[in-house]
Amino acid sequence: MDLNFAPEDVAFREQVRTFIAENYPEHLRGKNRRAGLEKDDFLAWHRILHKQGWVAPSWPKEYGGTGWTVTQKYIWGEECATAEVLPVLPFGVNMLGPVIYTFASEDQKKHYLPRILSGEDWWCQGYSEPGSGSDLASLRTKAVRDGDHYIVNGSKTWTTLAQHADWIFCLVKTNTEVKAQEGISFLLMDIKTPGITVRPIITMDGSHEVNEVFLEDVKVPVENLVGEENKGWTYAKFLLGHERSGIAGVAGSKRQVEKLKTIAGSERSGTGTLMEDTDFARKVAELEVDLLALEFTELRTLASESAGKGPGPEASLLKVKGTEVQQRLTDMTLEAVGYYGFPFVNGPNVEGSNIFPVGPDYATQAGPTYFNHRKASIYGGSNEIQRNIMAKMVLGL
Amino acid sequence: MDFSFTEEQTLLRNTVQRFVQDNYELEARQKIVNSEEGFSRDYWQQLAELGLFMAPFSEELGGMGGSQIETMIIMEEFGRGLVVEPYVPTVVLAGGLLREAGSQAQKDELLPSIIGGETIFAVAYAEPQGRYNLADITTRAEKDGSDFRLNGHKAVVLGAPWANKLIISARTSGGQRDDSGITLFIVDKNTDGVSSRDYPTIDGSRASEIILENVKVSGDAVIGEVDDGLPLLSKIFDEGIAAICAEASGAMRVLNDTTIEYCKTRKQFGMPIGKFQVLQHRMVDMFMECEQSVSMTYMVNLKLDESDVEREKAASAAKVQIGKSGKFIGQNAVQLHGGMGMTDELNVGHYFKRLTMIDTQFGNVDHHLKRYAALDA
Repeated sequence: MDLNFAPEDVAFREQVRTFIAENYPEHLRGKNRRAGLEKDDFLAWHRILHKQGWVAPSWPKEYGGTGWTVTQKYIWGEECATAEVLPVLPFGVNMLGPVIYTFASEDQKKHYLPRILSGEDWWCQGYSEPGSGSDLASLRTKAVRDGDHYIVNGSKTWTTLAQHADWIFCLVKTNTEVKAQEGISFLLMDIKTPGITVRPIITMDGSHEVNEVFLEDVKVPVENLVGEENKGWTYAKFLLGHERSGIAGVAGSKRQVEKLKTIAGSERSGTGTLMEDTDFARKVAELEVDLLALEFTELRTLASESAGKGPGPEASLLKVKGTEVQQRLTDMTLEAVGYYGFPFVNGPNVEGSNIFPVGPDYATQAGPTYFNHRKASIYGGSNEIQRNIMAKMVLGL
Repeated sequence: MDFSFTEEQTLLRNTVQRFVQDNYELEARQKIVNSEEGFSRDYWQQLAELGLFMAPFSEELGGMGGSQIETMIIMEEFGRGLVVEPYVPTVVLAGGLLREAGSQAQKDELLPSIIGGETIFAVAYAEPQGRYNLADITTRAEKDGSDFRLNGHKAVVLGAPWANKLIISARTSGGQRDDSGITLFIVDKNTDGVSSRDYPTIDGSRASEIILENVKVSGDAVIGEVDDGLPLLSKIFDEGIAAICAEASGAMRVLNDTTIEYCKTRKQFGMPIGKFQVLQHRMVDMFMECEQSVSMTYMVNLKLDESDVEREKAASAAKVQIGKSGKFIGQNAVQLHGGMGMTDELNVGHYFKRLTMIDTQFGNVDHHLKRYAALDA
């Protein structure tokens, strides 16, 4: 047992840290919230990383991955979070990409993978439906074969950033006669296909992050089917299980703890600062303890991954504990700013706004961020569903 | 970055595991706990012969060249079996103090007899008024020529009834709660003026109130420097914390496994109670608490050699986690076992009691949260 990184990993960390410092776009620094960003803002860093060959560290090298070790990938994630770079959008690189290179045809690989890497295609995810959230397999969007096409009808919801998307990958029902899981297929659709309508959903923090997507008699060529018909559930589960690295968000939360402490060090409470208030300091300490435990649980997972054991359903633990910590951080940040949590003058879009903020700069986003982050325990399989998974897969109940 | 164990460490774990499995079934353990002495001298000797007492010492000190990781492995397995033999006071605390600051003569005399199982130590740091503050000491050690005279009352000295030697913290200068002015003394338990009231503890161990009346101690019996015992004691305390965190991890694993097994077999309303989601989620929360505790156990054991501040933060953070998780797992293990969980006959209550007292030992959650927050400011 040893906590030190190997010399080559230390050198790697230095290399990527320098790269980020020298190449991250100046105008995006500090803008680590999605709200208020333009499409090009999201893609700027993606394009720089693509040029460097670092856009998809989790992919096998033959498809454009970096060939980094598990530890290197971890270091990369840590450095990105510490520098507060806007993460590369996960939909193409981390979600669809692995499904394509694992299950799709050679032609599909050749067509889609380079476009994901370059950022030419912006993907969004068509999984949830108004009637199918946690019980995803009950989805009702139907695809009926008609010659060389499928005719798709239904609707998808919570589709993140679909307003910018070029393509959507969808789970659709191709057989309603069998058990729910056995009649699902995985279809790729050009979002400009006639019959697809994207409607914004505004969340309680005032931001436009998610959408509803309506599908009315959408004609999708059969060559857009991934893998085999009716095997989509397998690919869907693979996708859900794939993107696990960094799921705990430890480095990002560490950064937020520092920010919270800075805020609490500036805010007054009685004759001292809020950070000197023993009640508040105790809560910060409790949070830090939980975060430290999470960090070491993640490192243990990483170690077993390096030893060739894939991350098991234990990753659900990282999701639950990670999102709990993230939510508490936003909660305490809002608490820390006190009365200046009230003003909502810029809506969620503080960046680029020419309206002068009310109160300290650090307070303007505390409210929206807190309300926005309630999503964390709901998305990606709610934390209750994660507990179901652990009960079944880990505890054998 | 490496979380794997060496071959030797795995062998060590297997050895301890086998010893605990063969000798420490609940019934056997209760027989030891309820015996006149309350621990087994025979087992103590066997543990020495298995080499467990030399495991954490360097080769030049007569050990196996191990580290805190060896102690962690041993303690985790001891936690699984609720082993009561005084490994922590003798090997971890007294052994640690001697390793860290013992004079050559003290090392030469005492380490071999610790390693050989001949000498059992208890460390008397607590006092009735002091709560978890190691510096809150009213026991006085007055200079008397080249000797010292000790007077005072040391509280809840764990393992003292079994010990033939004590290490006592006493004030040689300064006010009651001053950091400086504390000195550590090695005292033979049969020295004139040392008296004790021995009693069982609720978690199956034994302890004593130690009263010191004009106890004459030679100047050679001081560990480290006169007046400068606190930093030393504090460091070894953190090693003790790391050790009982491992013990707690082992105990938590057993409690969780036992609870899951019980919920799979216990039927109510025509089905195993483990099929009820509200209980499943409770057990998942217990599982997560346990994993976080194991992580923190690794963390603290790997950080014991860092700077004082880093080490203290690590120890406090781990102790907070273990205290909270131990309470959560212990209470819920009883709850999920229902009425059976209340009985003395199942192992559940015994593990729960030990986990509860581990929270108190070396300072509880509140104490360590405060210490962490103060170090962090």
